[in-house]
Amino acid sequence: MNAPINIAGLLKKTKDVFRFHGGVHPPENKAQSTQLPIGKLPMPEKLVLPLRQHIGNIPKIKVAIGDHVLKGQLIAEAEGAVSAAIHAPTSGVISAIGEAIIPHPSGLPDHCITITTDGKESWAERYPQDWRNADITTLIGSLRLSGIVGLGGATFPTQIKLGSGKAAIHTLIINAAECEPYITCDDMLMREYHAEIVHGITIVQRLIGASNIIIGIEDNKPEAIKAMRAATTNTAIQVKMVPTLYPSGDARRLVHLVLGQEVPHDKRSTEVGIQVFNVATVLALYRYFEFGEPALSRVVSMTGNVKQPQNFEVLFGTPLVDLVKAAGGAKADTSNFIMGGPMMGFNLPSDNVPITKAANCIIAASPTLFEPPPPAMPCIRCARCADACPVNLQPQELYWFAKSDNFEKAHEYNLFDCIECGACSYVCPSDIPLVQYYRYAKSEIIALDKAKEAADIARERNEFRLARIEREKQERAAKHAARAQGAKSTEAPNESPAVTDKQAAIAAAIARAKAQKTSDEAAAPKNISNISDATKAEIAEIDARRAAAGLTEQVTNRQPNVDDKDKQAKIAAAIARAKAQKAEANASTVSKDVPAKQPVIDAEKQAKIDAAIERAKTLKSAAATPPTNDLNAKPVADLEKQAKIEAAIARAKAQKAAALKAKEDQSKE
Amino acid sequence: MSKVLIALVPGIIVYAWLFGGGILITLALATATALITEAMMLKLRKRPVQPFLSDYSAIITAWLLALAIPPLAPWWLIVVGTAFAIIIAKQLYGGLGYNPFNPAMIGYAVLLISFPVIMTKWPAALSLAQTQLSFMDQFHYIFSSTLPMNVSIDAVTSATPLDYLKTQLKLNQSMTTIQSAPIFGVLGSKGSEWIALAYLAGGVFLWQQRIITWHLPIAFLGSIAAISGVFWLIDSTQFANPLFHLFSGASILGAFFILTDPISGPTTPKGKLYFAAGAGLITYLVRIYGGYPDGVAFAVIFMNICVPLIDMYTQPRVFGHQK
Repeated sequence: MNAPINIAGLLKKTKDVFRFHGGVHPPENKAQSTQLPIGKLPMPEKLVLPLRQHIGNIPKIKVAIGDHVLKGQLIAEAEGAVSAAIHAPTSGVISAIGEAIIPHPSGLPDHCITITTDGKESWAERYPQDWRNADITTLIGSLRLSGIVGLGGATFPTQIKLGSGKAAIHTLIINAAECEPYITCDDMLMREYHAEIVHGITIVQRLIGASNIIIGIEDNKPEAIKAMRAATTNTAIQVKMVPTLYPSGDARRLVHLVLGQEVPHDKRSTEVGIQVFNVATVLALYRYFEFGEPALSRVVSMTGNVKQPQNFEVLFGTPLVDLVKAAGGAKADTSNFIMGGPMMGFNLPSDNVPITKAANCIIAASPTLFEPPPPAMPCIRCARCADACPVNLQPQELYWFAKSDNFEKAHEYNLFDCIECGACSYVCPSDIPLVQYYRYAKSEIIALDKAKEAADIARERNEFRLARIEREKQERAAKHAARAQGAKSTEAPNESPAVTDKQAAIAAAIARAKAQKTSDEAAAPKNISNISDATKAEIAEIDARRAAAGLTEQVTNRQPNVDDKDKQAKIAAAIARAKAQKAEANASTVSKDVPAKQPVIDAEKQAKIDAAIERAKTLKSAAATPPTNDLNAKPVADLEKQAKIEAAIARAKAQKAAALKAKEDQSKE
Repeated sequence: MSKVLIALVPGIIVYAWLFGGGILITLALATATALITEAMMLKLRKRPVQPFLSDYSAIITAWLLALAIPPLAPWWLIVVGTAFAIIIAKQLYGGLGYNPFNPAMIGYAVLLISFPVIMTKWPAALSLAQTQLSFMDQFHYIFSSTLPMNVSIDAVTSATPLDYLKTQLKLNQSMTTIQSAPIFGVLGSKGSEWIALAYLAGGVFLWQQRIITWHLPIAFLGSIAAISGVFWLIDSTQFANPLFHLFSGASILGAFFILTDPISGPTTPKGKLYFAAGAGLITYLVRIYGGYPDGVAFAVIFMNICVPLIDMYTQPRVFGHQK
């Protein structure tokens, strides 16, 4: 906020770069790892591939222990919308599938596939694509098999970023700021692969249709800037030099730097027509489309307390020890390893973790390189954190609220806009680990929200339950009244037709309700999407039987009205018939040219036959049972019938559901 | 915070040069009292003593208080004031980071209200005094209130310009007559104006070192200059010019060293402007209409009360949010 900064800011504006508020400039420590070109590692004996290397669902394993896999072969496929595939980074044999330690701050093991390499590097079939001419939807769709995720560290599956398409993207920003100290992988990539990167940018441009393309590079990478400027001459791509100021590589900050535009806090940049891609991701896309190479490796900066810091192209799954060895080994006083930069990175649980898609940098740390922070002192409200905050938050207030568990206030002061960049902790003269307080408050707020949501659902459910109990009570009362009426009418043989009609109507309504319930139950299971229609019909049959049995047990004191039984039965049978017909009609409308036609028709037939049988049975039993005055004897037979009818209805419904399901499946395909 | 102490050193040197070494005795007494009471309170509150003593915050409080009270005040005055500032105004509120008021100003206000006579008895600059006291004379006076033979207290003290101005204006003296009195200098008061300039240099150093931002000093001095300027333009026979107000009393010391206490002050840039402008207004009003010669201490304490409110209503726009 000092005057010279504002003047500098004004000067920058004329240069077409727009400063954001705050930011810090920690010692860069980038020169160490840029002395040598990107190196290669000897083939590791084993590659350990965690299934969780990206944001989203865990992919589905497609191999088994003992399988021989080729380089580039899909070994786990994307599952669900947000997920990324995993490929064998080299050829070899799957030697283990199970829990292994992964690079995560928790140090907990997770599912991994282990490949024992054979050193032959024999490739699986590759499918290069004509990205200049091929259909855009096909190209984007094929990315689901690429395993490419955002390599800047966010590891968001790339196909989603390309396929979101809610708003027209007018501007593509290539994030090559690389603002964290120590990290140089993007810098080295631009120096060595500038031409390929430009091809990659052209691909992304074609896929998202952006007209304005800007590469943002911090001004501490003159060689990369020179290389990219040379590679982009005669193209529409602009290379913009942004000031070296952490966190300029944060997507929203970079958008502001190069466009002078703030992405609204509650929107994604794509919603305002801007898409940001990391430079390494763009290169991965080029390799995928041009050569058919899926995501198998990445460039990692191995720096800090090692003998020869350098960038290496590392196969995913390579144990960290191999990488450290390639950099000349760690010096004696190395205490631990950090993944990511010193500002936002985290301590690795061991040096045995594999390199994953998120690993842009590994720093060997020592007490001399990173002094342990002195004990935190009280906040003196000096507001240096507020001056450093790139989001223009008031970290001193947020700290106060988080510390006193005043989450509501923290929320009000926009805690969730915090990007956890650590600029505040970096400048804090009292050495307060501010970001940890914000993480704590965020997780508490999220947990409280979830608990509240759960409580709301439980309350709703309870209210519904009470209402249902009340309704059932009323229904029972109505039934009792009906029964009393029925008993009276058996005593009086010349009952009025009005009463009979009423009773019949009630009985029909109950039968309908029951059938509805049973069919709902039959339709409820969610895991039936993959089974054949024949099996479905079978399940429906079983369900119906179960329902029938349950009803016979439960409902012994219901429906004592014998005189009306044939009427009831007829009504029920009519309903069943109608249902069956409806099911048939539905089935016939959907079963045009569908491969699953045969089972559907079978289901139809079955429903018809069942309905017919039930009808016959009902009539027969109605005829066979003579009307008597014995109230205890009569209901049993009557109920059995009733239950059977209901079962038939249920079956018909189930079949209908199956038919509809088949229709749905069909339309999906 | 050691840089704040360093920034005060030029002012202290000029002070000692113009008014004698007595101020160094007062500073030493205040420092010792602050450290002892702070250590004692930390022990009582079961807090680690060493880290809190080595952050110099207690010493800053002690020095500011020592520089604010008359340099020849008896030894117990500074001890009582410093002890009050540290024990009551700082530690009883929870120690460093938790005190809502500027401890030095609380100490000053307590002394001013409790011992108004001593607190307004300022020695004249050495060059102006009828009798010049040596360092040892000052030492004896501070500790035993005895002056050398044949020297009366009136011979070594004089009214401050702010005080003199107020009383003489009440006697219907014209501004020109008043300002021709020997105690008036080029900018403010003869002697003290040089100390103020030294404080200004220290303040610029703090700004250059990014210990303080420009907001508080500029808004405070700007506010004093603006208000006094308006009054002076309306009636220059009744009201002193802005320059006089800027370099008299504790204006410069307050602007760069007292208002800038981060703990009891506002944190937002806009809030700092409001805070300092308010403090400048109150300072001027106390000087003109109040019962005390200077108003910086009361202005700061009053504005401290408003800090939570100011902070709440001056939240800056967060990135990506509409205002």
